[in-house]
Parts: sequence; C-alpha cells; structure tokens
Amino acid sequence: MKEQYQELEALKDIRNIMERSTRFLSLSGWSGVWAGAVALGGSAIAWLQLERYYNQYNERGNFDTEHYINLRNNLFYLGVTVFIIALTGAFLFTLRKVRKQNGSIWSSASRRFLNNLAIPLGTGAIMVSAFVYNNDLQYVAPACLLFYGLSLYNAGKFTLNDIRYLGIIEVILGAICLFFPGLGLYFWAAGFGLMHIVYGIIMWNKYDRPLSKTGTA
Amino acid sequence: MRKEIEQLNKIFDSRIRIGIMSALMVNESMNFNELKALVDATDGNLATHLKTLEDNTFIKVEKGFIGRKTNTTYAITKAGEKAFRSHLDALEKIIRNLG
Repeated sequence: MKEQYQELEALKDIRNIMERSTRFLSLSGWSGVWAGAVALGGSAIAWLQLERYYNQYNERGNFDTEHYINLRNNLFYLGVTVFIIALTGAFLFTLRKVRKQNGSIWSSASRRFLNNLAIPLGTGAIMVSAFVYNNDLQYVAPACLLFYGLSLYNAGKFTLNDIRYLGIIEVILGAICLFFPGLGLYFWAAGFGLMHIVYGIIMWNKYDRPLSKTGTA
Repeated sequence: MRKEIEQLNKIFDSRIRIGIMSALMVNESMNFNELKALVDATDGNLATHLKTLEDNTFIKVEKGFIGRKTNTTYAITKAGEKAFRSHLDALEKIIRNLG
C-alpha cells in the first residue's frame, strides 16, 4: 500500500512541476487592487477635465479647436501616465511576491506570460493611438477594454486561470461600450478600476492570504 | 499489479529526475538555473541527475553562451519523451488499481 501512495505523490509532483514551469503563478492580488485604484483616480481626473471643458463650451457657446486639442492631448497623456503608474505598481507588488517565494521574475513561464500579454496589448495600443491621432475618440474606451480583455484571455493560459475570466469580463464590457460611446469613461472606470479591485481582492483571498489561525488554507 | 510496477522505469525513481523530465516535457528547453529553482536541488545534486539522464539519452545538452557567461540548456529527446510517457502510463495504472 505504502508504495502506491508514493506513486500518487510522484504524479502530484509531476503535475505541480509542469504547472509551475509553464505558468507564472506569482501574480499578486495587490497588483490588481493597485491598478484598479490608479485607474479610478485617473478616471476621476478625466471626468473633471471633461466637466470643465463642457462648462467652458457652454459659456462660450461655440466650438473652439484649441480647447478641444488641449483636452484631447491632456486626456491622452493622462491615459499614458495612468497606465505607467498602474503597471509599475502592479509589477512591484508581484515582484515582492516572487521574492517572498524565492522565485525568479525572469523565468520561461513569466516570459511566456508576458509575450502572450504584450502582443495583443501592443496591437491595441497602436489602434487606440491611431484613434486619438485621427480625432476619432468615441471608440477609444471600448477599444482599450476589448484589447486588454483579449490580452488577458490570451495570457491567462500562462498564469492563474482566474485571469482568463477577468479577460472575458473586460471584453464583454468593451463590447457593450461600443454601442454607448458617450458613456465610455464610465465603462472604462468600471473595467479598469472596479473590476481590477474586485479581482485583486478575490485573488488575494484565494492565493495570498496568510494561512488563517483556524488552519484552513 | 506486479506487472505494472515492473513497467515503472527505475531511472525515474528519483524525485529530482522526475522533476527535470516533467519540466522538459512542457518546455522546449530550460537552462541549469531555471531547473534548479524548479526542482529545488543543490548544484552538484542536479548536475549528477542531469548527467544520468543524459547518459541514458533521455535529455540532450546544449552548451551556449550569453555574452561571456556559459549558458547550458537542456531539452528532452524523443527517447526521453517516450520513456517518460510510458512511466506515467504505468503510474496511472497503479493508481487506478487502488480504487
């Protein structure tokens, strides 16, 4: 009998190593919470800028190209800044988790994960930049959500499975948003802000939470 | 049951060797340090096990360079893949007989 339990252990080891060597499993829940909080902050600033723009518009009563270009550029820089701050923080939280587990941030698993994330995400970035460049702003928010969702879905094969579901949610939000372009900022805040925070908390609960005193993992 | 236990490959008796083979089954190639982190072995220990697997032509070794540093990568061979698969099949049969 003892021998057979050994075989079961061996199979468990094999499964574990196959998973760990192909999937990057050290994504931290805090990364999600951080990215979400930054996105919500960014959305609030964008909302204020839009409010100000429309108030000025109403006071003047006519369209002013310079004001519009300013608004467009400010929103674009804001978006890029939010992305960089969110990504940097998310990276640092995950790095901290990797260090704690004595792992390596640059493994074949993490490379595979990043490659699969970067290619659809980069495509999306080019498309969104082209929208902004062509002054076609109504599809910026849905395109961000759609491409980000596809990137997560794709990269989800090489990390915690939960990421795939988050990807699907982002795609659905983006798809709905396509038909309500005027509400883009709200969908954007929901997808990048709210969903990241919710997912961060779920993942923290599932994978990061220190073992509780009752002993249940 | 005896028959299945005999089908288990003696070379895959060691946890570390099983670890190496599992990792190389799902990765095209891996270097020494990646394997070390994965199977949690000391340098000497890992090197010995890698040598055994290499001598049995279950894995192939490629010595390369990244800049001036040597970078040795390991990949599974056809024979290694076949041997490991039948080892897994035997394990599966034994466990099935448990229930």
